[in-house]
Amino acid sequence: MIVFLQQLINGLSVGAVYALIALGYTMVYGILRFINFAHSDIFMVGAFCGFYCSRMDAGRTLAGGLLVMAVAMAVCALLGIIIERLAYRPLRGSSNLAVLITAIGVSLFLENAGQLVFGADPKPFPALFPERNFTSHSGLTISSNQLLVFVVTAALLVALQWIVMRTKMGTAMRAVSFNHQAAALMGINVDRVISFTFGLGSALAAAGGILYSLNYPSIDPYMGVLPGLKAFVAAVLGGIGNIPGAALGGVLLGLIETFVKGGKYSTYSDAIAFGVLILILLFRPAGLLGKFQVEKV
Amino acid sequence: MNRLTKALLAWPKALLLASLLASLGFWLVSDRMDPYYMDVLTKIGINVILAVSLNLINGYTGQFSLGHAGFMAVGAYSAAAVTMFAGPKILALAPAALLSPATAGLFLAALLIGGLAAALAGFMVGAPSLRLKGDYLAIVTLGFGEIIRVIFRNMDSLGGALGLNGIPAYTNIFWVLAVAAVCIYVVLTLVHSTYGRGFIAVRDDEVAAEAMGLNPTRYKIAAFVIGAFFAGMAGGLYGHYTLSIDPKGFDFMRSIEIVVMVILGGMGNTAGVIAAAALLTLLPEFLRPFDKYRMVFYSLLLIILMLTRPQGLFSWKRAFKPAERP
Repeated sequence: MIVFLQQLINGLSVGAVYALIALGYTMVYGILRFINFAHSDIFMVGAFCGFYCSRMDAGRTLAGGLLVMAVAMAVCALLGIIIERLAYRPLRGSSNLAVLITAIGVSLFLENAGQLVFGADPKPFPALFPERNFTSHSGLTISSNQLLVFVVTAALLVALQWIVMRTKMGTAMRAVSFNHQAAALMGINVDRVISFTFGLGSALAAAGGILYSLNYPSIDPYMGVLPGLKAFVAAVLGGIGNIPGAALGGVLLGLIETFVKGGKYSTYSDAIAFGVLILILLFRPAGLLGKFQVEKV
Repeated sequence: MNRLTKALLAWPKALLLASLLASLGFWLVSDRMDPYYMDVLTKIGINVILAVSLNLINGYTGQFSLGHAGFMAVGAYSAAAVTMFAGPKILALAPAALLSPATAGLFLAALLIGGLAAALAGFMVGAPSLRLKGDYLAIVTLGFGEIIRVIFRNMDSLGGALGLNGIPAYTNIFWVLAVAAVCIYVVLTLVHSTYGRGFIAVRDDEVAAEAMGLNPTRYKIAAFVIGAFFAGMAGGLYGHYTLSIDPKGFDFMRSIEIVVMVILGGMGNTAGVIAAAALLTLLPEFLRPFDKYRMVFYSLLLIILMLTRPQGLFSWKRAFKPAERP
């Protein structure tokens, strides 16, 4: 039972990070209907921002750590907006595949430029926050980093839900995801909404990158690939384009993966995410919370 | 169809025969050629097979697949398993005088088995493609490719993460060029046959194709099976050329490389794709002095290409126009 609960905690903390990345995929997909492959590399850039900004947090205080995280989020939001402006906006209106391939190109560019700028060798990620473990009488352990992951993720999710549902920009986002042209006719600046979406998603990815690196403290330019793919799977699992779905999918995927890793087939854990993806797409292509749309001719 | 493709299609069988004879001739003089050039030519040949076969799936049928390296891996491992585990026993039975034809037969059989195994994998990937479109399909094929890789990494009988070493060196320039010629022949004549028009119809508008009485499902699966078959053969050739294979060599990046060849050449433009495969194999050779920047350059090339010439370098007509739906 203890093992089960322990795995549950570990799985939730992994899943929370997946959820943060998945939100970026899902928001961009909801608005532009394309998979932003470069998102996983923004996650990586976020982690590296945390690495380089860590000296701002010499005392390893909670406030300092949060400041580092905020800086990384701002940098990545800017990066996301720049990428959208330079690489994706010129392709607005052309075929989906052209955009998808461009996104793959951007992803490769960030990885390889990262190798040149940051170096190819893995770097140890510094501890940004004060650390301690809380152990219950029965032996259940939860680290302060895991707690932090839960708290920060929950806070960001609430903030996101507030932005999307309660602000003017959020209303515009929903309108654009519903129909670009109609939204434009209602006086919404579609390009600005798309930029905002990219910024928001990228900021969440940066937060995810730092939280991920706290628990797996070794970062390299290719670190984003696997978590990124898994987060994408999480977004599809929950129903892509659906914000609560992405959070749910992330948590579910984190749990599934952790339990598989703890079991007999641990070497297959990387294949699990894809297996889940294929099953979901075969049996419920719209995802758990998504609505199935009939194609109109 | 552009002029070059038309020329290729004027006398398809004669051209196939001529290229098979030419590859035989090439092999006969290959001893006297610079080994470096032969090495580059072999690599070009293998990449041409991969790109042309992927072009059938991505270009002609419009099913975006990102898992071609996975099919290649299946073919490489199956063919290597045949020659390494069954090969010595079979060759021991052959009389000494017939050793070299027996080896050739064994290699051909191994390549075909590799191709068939990959075709089976292609069938399994093609089946879900019935329900998926566009980027969803892309990500599922990507997932299949990764799953295949993880499975090979976990198969200790096939070397696990270390891979297979000591594969016999059966690949020579004849086999590479011959398989490339057959692959080009099959893809071109298939797509330009009466039956094959269906591939293009499915790409252009699936619903309309279905309304015309075509069965899109069958075309999609056929494209995956045939494309995977040749990818498997290319894998077999690759394995028996590099003499060692490991799961890492068949990762997502490898698939992307093949996709880039298809896009650069122009989706559904076989002559262009062949040229692009050759160009992109030569490019790293020229960029060797700047090896550090090669991948940065490569990714920038991909982005700039998509922004400026999404129809490919060698296509002047727009082959891939976006569907305009209200």
